Amino acid sequence: MAIAETRVYLPQAPRPRLRLLEDERWLALVLLVPTLVLLGMFIAYPFVRGILLSVTNSRVGVPGEFVGLANFYKIFNDGIFRTSVYNTFVYTGVTTVFKLALGLWLAMLLNRNFRGKAFTRAFILLPFIIPTVLSTFAWKWMFDPTFSVLNWLLYHLGLITGRINWLGDPDLAMISIIIVNIWRGVPFFAISLLAGLQTISPELSEAAAIDGAKPWQRFWHITWPLLLPVTMVVVLFSVIQTFADFQIVYVMTGGGPANATHLFATYAYQIGIGTGLLSEGAAISLAMFPILFLVVIIQLLYIRRVEVR
Amino acid sequence: MIEGARWRKWVFFYVPMALFLVFLLFPFYWMVITSVRPDGELYRPWNAINYNPFWTWKPTWVHVRYLFEETLFASWLWNTTFIALVSTAISLVCGVFAGYALSRLTFPFAGSLGTAIFITYLVPQTLLFIPLAEIIRNYRLGDTPWSLILTYPTFLIPFCTWLMMGYFKAVPKELEECARIDGASRWQAMLYIVIPVAIPGILSAGIFAFTLSWNEFIYALVFLSSPEQKTVPVGVTSELIRGDVFFWGPLMAGALLGSIPVAIAYSFFVEHYVAGLTGSVKG
Repeated sequence: MAIAETRVYLPQAPRPRLRLLEDERWLALVLLVPTLVLLGMFIAYPFVRGILLSVTNSRVGVPGEFVGLANFYKIFNDGIFRTSVYNTFVYTGVTTVFKLALGLWLAMLLNRNFRGKAFTRAFILLPFIIPTVLSTFAWKWMFDPTFSVLNWLLYHLGLITGRINWLGDPDLAMISIIIVNIWRGVPFFAISLLAGLQTISPELSEAAAIDGAKPWQRFWHITWPLLLPVTMVVVLFSVIQTFADFQIVYVMTGGGPANATHLFATYAYQIGIGTGLLSEGAAISLAMFPILFLVVIIQLLYIRRVEVR
Repeated sequence: MIEGARWRKWVFFYVPMALFLVFLLFPFYWMVITSVRPDGELYRPWNAINYNPFWTWKPTWVHVRYLFEETLFASWLWNTTFIALVSTAISLVCGVFAGYALSRLTFPFAGSLGTAIFITYLVPQTLLFIPLAEIIRNYRLGDTPWSLILTYPTFLIPFCTWLMMGYFKAVPKELEECARIDGASRWQAMLYIVIPVAIPGILSAGIFAFTLSWNEFIYALVFLSSPEQKTVPVGVTSELIRGDVFFWGPLMAGALLGSIPVAIAYSFFVEHYVAGLTGSVKG
């Protein structure tokens, strides 16, 4: 069928100009050039620029001189930076555990047959589709100190007697941010893990059930090991995104109260763009790099291993 | 599938499912109800008596009208659409070409190039935004839509390439060889035989790229400064808040209306979006 169709498309021999493209190497070069130019200009070059920037003392409009590692010394002795590092690890760790657990649970629920399944699945992805900044405003409004609907709910359920100042207290603010991140991430975990679950043949579980395996045993000895490759990749992706997150904290607290909820990215923004200390901001951003690099390496090694098998 | 009595189905399925749905969808309900609620009802303390926060009997368009008459919301919508469409188109062309080259052609350094593109896929925007802001300024692109149209492909192309490689690998070599025997050049075989077969993949990559660029925030926040150039996420964040005063009615109306275009695009291509999402992870 395909052969018959090709005849229609090919009235004459290739023009001489295109003959060079018959060579696979030239064709590959031509096809890759646009990508390489864009990625080179806006990823590789900024990366080099970022490193150069972080060893100078540039400000906005002032080129700056070479200062070696002074910016890095400065930030490592900066209490707010240390808090940001601590916060970033807590934020990434706690949210990842919850996103995985809840996402897996939701994926298992969605893996059953029920009426309205396609509809439910489509709606569940909404938190992931809708621009994060915009949905985070809805959360900020729900956590409002005076008009919080959550306080209203908890009060009328009889769980609290006074108001909770969600975003005014450092610990509560951190918890609020973590809740929003979990809310946004669960759909991604659920849908990705659901795709993984659907590749597992139900016959395996049925056979184990006939042999007398309890539901929990079936999950732990059959579903979980078979799902592990997908789980690993999803978790690593999510860790990178969460570790470098910016939007949720920027909107919810702006790093406050009293700089208690900053992450790497929001603190880098505050220093680099907010106060115009470009090189110090670049240094804070780049401080993320070693950890991100480690996660990427793990991911690459893991993908290789899965491919080899 | 579910054995045992009916109550088990309620405890293990309906109740958790309902809780998940409430948790995941309530913020959107809250957005909708806030954006049609008059100010007098909006700013009532959480412990006021006889106050039902979940419903209003006096819906109003005043917040939406404020948004279109008193702010530049319409321009922000147009800017976001334009930037998202153009950067998606650029990324699709680049991603399809690069994906084809990396999955179907043999050439030196193919493997390491593939790995390099995969690594850029994992580079978060927050790692490079400060040096990039300087570069954008030096190229005199600051405060123009081109600052975003040219930088968004940096996170869209790697994803499109990665996804397209998976689709191209699935096209049998024989299909292309048949066309070549019939006299097609490599270029023609790619354009007329292989790419059409991969159209579902292109749709998935396209819809996913569109939502990603609609969602992007930090580049738009840093590169754009004048109100009329802004995208929806940045405009809503910076122009609807005066100092410490939040105008929650217009804010929620803006959040809602700013979400609708992506939601519509998504609803038409749910299956493609899901294929793109899961494909982007598994590759």
